[in-house]
Parts: sequence; structure tokens; C-alpha cells
Amino acid sequence: MDRKNVLEVKDLHVSFHTYNGEVQAVRGVSFEVKNGETVAIVGESGCGKSVTSQSIMRLIPQPPGVIKHGEILFEGNDLTKLPEKKMEEMRGKEIAMIFQDPMTSLNPTMTVGKQIMEGLIKHQKLGKAEARQKALEMLRLVGIPSPDSRINQYPHQFSGGMRQRAMIAIALSCAPKLLIADEPTTALDVTIQAQILHLMNDLKEKMDTSIILITHDLGVVAETADRVVVMYAGKVVETGTVEEIFYKPRHPYTWGLMGSMPRLNLSRDTELSPILGTPPNLLTPPKGCPFASRCEHAMQVCKEHMPETTNSSDSHQVACWLEHPMAKPVDIPHDVVGGVSK
Amino acid sequence: MSAVEPKVEKILEVQQVKKHFNVGRGQVVQAVDNVSFDVYKGETLGLVGESGCGKSTIGRTIIRLYEATDGNINFKGKMTKDLKGKNLKQFNREMQMIFQDPYASLNPRMTVGDIIAEGLDIHELAKGKERRDKVVELLKTVGLNEEHADRFPHEFSGGQRQRIGIARALAVDPDFIIADEPISALDVSIQAQVVNLMKKLQREKGLTYLFIAHDLSMVKYISDRVGVMYLGNMVELADSQELYDNPLHPYTEALLSAVPIPDPETEKRKERIILKGDVPSPIDPPSGCRFRTRCPKAMGICAQEIPTWQEVRPLHWVSCHLYQEESLKKEEGVK
Repeated sequence: MDRKNVLEVKDLHVSFHTYNGEVQAVRGVSFEVKNGETVAIVGESGCGKSVTSQSIMRLIPQPPGVIKHGEILFEGNDLTKLPEKKMEEMRGKEIAMIFQDPMTSLNPTMTVGKQIMEGLIKHQKLGKAEARQKALEMLRLVGIPSPDSRINQYPHQFSGGMRQRAMIAIALSCAPKLLIADEPTTALDVTIQAQILHLMNDLKEKMDTSIILITHDLGVVAETADRVVVMYAGKVVETGTVEEIFYKPRHPYTWGLMGSMPRLNLSRDTELSPILGTPPNLLTPPKGCPFASRCEHAMQVCKEHMPETTNSSDSHQVACWLEHPMAKPVDIPHDVVGGVSK
Repeated sequence: MSAVEPKVEKILEVQQVKKHFNVGRGQVVQAVDNVSFDVYKGETLGLVGESGCGKSTIGRTIIRLYEATDGNINFKGKMTKDLKGKNLKQFNREMQMIFQDPYASLNPRMTVGDIIAEGLDIHELAKGKERRDKVVELLKTVGLNEEHADRFPHEFSGGQRQRIGIARALAVDPDFIIADEPISALDVSIQAQVVNLMKKLQREKGLTYLFIAHDLSMVKYISDRVGVMYLGNMVELADSQELYDNPLHPYTEALLSAVPIPDPETEKRKERIILKGDVPSPIDPPSGCRFRTRCPKAMGICAQEIPTWQEVRPLHWVSCHLYQEESLKKEEGVK
């Protein structure tokens, strides 16, 4: 597939200055997003997935946050160096974002219609009447029943699922090239989640938008992603296609994530294999591999040196000392390998 | 597995329980309406459903945080609503609860040791050194250690707090624990730790669990039987494997098909039932079967009559007109 990169993140470092010192939330993250693909960023709370996405939108409050190092190339332009005025033009028009909590991210004092029209009037220079037409069209597109009356209602009159649809309508109204969805369905019930994911997949195909999906739900990843970026303690530990990550995971942390989840075909008598311990404190991140203290395959070298990222195939990269030719070969735990319901 | 043989001893019987909330202006939220089920000693009964289905309300009604509007709840053969004095105190000891939010459910001004020992103090189970020893023992049981007893909740991570909540529940030697979404607020890797702990404690202490959650794969994994709720009603109840293999109620089918499975191949092949619209308001639920407004298989009779709660296969209960011969006959007649 010869697709152009819409977004390239290169060696991104983001820190927050707090009373306790500098929290190194993102420590050298690199990945790219191609045209029309869905990239899922997975990891536990505090792994830096949301900070990464907010840095792309330049939504990190500065101070206390600071992008210390790295480039975020959007169609070749470095977003970290863009003046705020230019960035404002990007937001909503070129890159749009959907947030986890639709209640707190919509403006409660504006009608839903106004909120959709806002971007259209600002970015696409549409007149009021035109913008209203377009807003109605968007509401219809995201499947909100009777848009003619809904357009004049306020967010509190919408249900959770409908608010999320409204937010998607706002995000997609200017046909952005990149959509960042930060836990878009975490606050929703499964049947509503199914509706929203279905809608997002559908719209991606219709509008050829690239999507960065941030989630901790591996089920959602399996359903929607083309490629997966696994993050841990501010670093990317593994990237690959969704098949590679689910069927041939190579990093012990990815194994741990897979083993922690009960699959529908898992018998009640088998124990889950959780990851023991807790993630490291990013005020004083460990010198070596951040996962070493929780990793059952950890060697001496892991504690002292961060492993290089190596290619296991063209699309599959892993940062782990087990990949080193000198390391003792370790078999992937059999209970981990991708869902295997075959 | 003892899928078909019923376990003998009922520890809890919930009979036709209703819980309605008056929300003013003459409006009543029918949070739980005519729910009946039994829980057997030593089993885990899972309750699933989406937000607003009444699963937490039923849990809270069972432990008497709410008073039931109607219906009976028997715990160990005694009607819980009649309990008074000494018997009530004993009931409060035998039934404990673990809450969803490990941040909100621990008093931030008390040390962990005092939080865990509060039950011991109230029930006068241990004093002085014995009390301290008991606290340490409980901390160890849930995978924490002695030094944690003198710290405050804010010093702990979510997973650790949930362990403290479990230790608090265990302090008074309960027989029955209601776990209301005990793992929903935790990260995946931590969820597995807590679930393994709960299963281990069940094996060792013969506990009975009512496990309330919306994560269907976790519920299936931990439960012996699973009940599915929708808008205040129980719509289906069966052995967990049976329920997942042969869901009968259209809502259960849709709910199971909506769960994203962490396996890309399966996901690509899967036919998903996408329900239309949202859950109706429990203030003014639909007539007849409450699910009919979103049901892909709704018939004429579903709007007119409330389906009865029937055992259509051994130990597999469902409340749906599709499985009731009389209803199907009437439906034919209508046509």
C-alpha cells in the first residue's frame, strides 16, 4: 500500500512541571499515520497516550506542560513550531478531536446546531443559512433522528450516545484530514458503543479521514484499527498491524495486556494472568526499560539500558532486549496469542 | 461442570421486588420492577445490563441501602425487611458490599487501618492487639502489607484502594458480598489482579458473590450464572456458558453481539446486531415488554402484554413472548 503519511510524530518528549518536580509524561514517542488508516494507541492510564494526542492538537496547557523535544509533522509542517494563530486554523479544519466525555466537552449554553455551525462559519466561510443546511446534513449523517428539531436543542436534552454523535458531527463538519478520538466510547454502554464505532468506520470510508483512536479497550482496537501503537510509561514499546499485535505480539507488556483480558471462550477454571505490580513513577523514570520491574523475562541489561527499537517485519517494531540476538529465546505464553477462537 | 444440577441451598431469594423512586411532580422512576431470582450458597451470580437498567438499584435494595417499594427479599430464610435489633446487626455483618469507585468509597480522613477495622469496632469483634493483628492479616490477604495500615487512602493507586475496599468487606467475616462494578474504574492489567483475588477469596472462604458489572466478558469469566437486566426488568437468567452460547432474549443477543472481541479475525467475520435508538425513560416505560421499542423481533402482542418470567429450558429463564406458546398463538390470531 503506497499511502502518504498524513502525520509523523518524531521523538516527541512532553513534560509537566509540578511541585514535586518534572513529570516526564511522554519520553521519545515516534509513529506515523497514513492517509485513510486508523491507528489505535493503547496503554494503561498514565502511559502518555492522551498527552501525545493533545500535543498533536497543541492542547497541552503551557505551563505547566512543555514540549521539550521532537517534531509533529502534519503533511510536512511541524505543528510544534506553528504560531498559535496558524494552529487555530488547523484545529477543526485539518485536525479534529472527539473527547471521552461528551457532557463536559460540549458547551451547555449553546444549542447543538450553533456548535456545529461555529466551525463551518469560521473555517469554511459559509453564510449562516448555508451553515445551518450543512449542520442539518451532518446531524442526519451521524444518525440523529428528527434533526430539524434537534438542531435547536441544548446538549442536556440529548442522551449520552446522541451527544457523542453530535460531537462527531462537529468534528467531521469541516471534513478534517485527521480525526483524533480520545476514548470516544468509554463512557457509553456497549450497544451504544457498537452504534458509534459502526458510525465512525462508516464515516471513515465515506470521507477518507485518517483516525487516531486512543483507547484501553483491546476489543475496540480489534474491531476498528488497522495498526496499533502500544505505549507504556511514556514510550512506544511495540507497533504493528492489528494482526501482528494480536497474533504475533512480541513485547512482554503486550503479552501482559492480552493475558489480563478474559476472552469469551476462556473457561472459569483458568486463572487470568495479570501483570503484577504497578507502572513506574514518571517523576523519576527508570534508566532502563520501564517495564523491567514488572516483566518476568527481565534480564540485567533491561534494568540499565533502554532497548533499541528493532524491526521484526516491515510494519512491526518492538523495543525489547529479548529481540537481541544474544538474548535467550522466550516463547510467547500460549494463553496470550490473539483471541484464538479458531 | 455442574451446569444442569441446581446447587441445593438458597442463600438469597429475591421475590417480585420493586423499587420506585419518587422524583417529584408526581413522577415515579420505576428503577426496578418485579425482579425475582435466587442466589445459591457459594456461587457467583453476575448481573449485567446497561446504565439505568436497575442492576445497582437491586444490589442496594438487597443490602437495605434502599427500602424495597414492594416484594420480598429473604436472606438465609429470613425476610430482610422485618429484621430488627440484634438480627439486623447480624445481617449487616453477614452481607457486605464492595463499591465501584475506589476513590469515593474510602473516607479520606481515616487511616487504612481504621477503615478496615471500622466493622470490627461496630460489631465489637476485636480490640487492642487483636484488632491490629486482624487488620494486618486482612491487608496480607488482599496483597498489601502491614505498613500500609497507617497510611491514608490518597497514598494508594486505584487497584490498591479496591483491595482496601475488599479487606474492609472481609473484616467482619461475611457470607455474601455484593460487588457493584468493582473493577470498572481500574486498568485492564489491574482488573485481572482484583478478579483473581476475588476468586481466590471465594475458594478459600466459601463466599457467595453478587457481581454487578457491565463488562460482559469479565462477568462471564467470574460468574456461575448470569442475569441480564433491561430497564428495571430481568429479561434472562441462565448458567453463564449456556447464556453466552444460546442467548434466547433478543436483548441478550444484541448485547452479546455488541461486545467487541479482542480478536481481529472474529471481528471481521462477526455480524453485529445494532440496536436502534436509546433506552426509553424509566419514568414512562413502554407498555407490554419494555424492550419492544428497540427489539428487532417485536410483534403485535409485545405492546399489549407483559411477557411472563418462564423457565423455557432447565434452569434457563427468560421473559419474552417469542418463547411463550400462548403468546405466539394469540399473535397468530391477531394476524
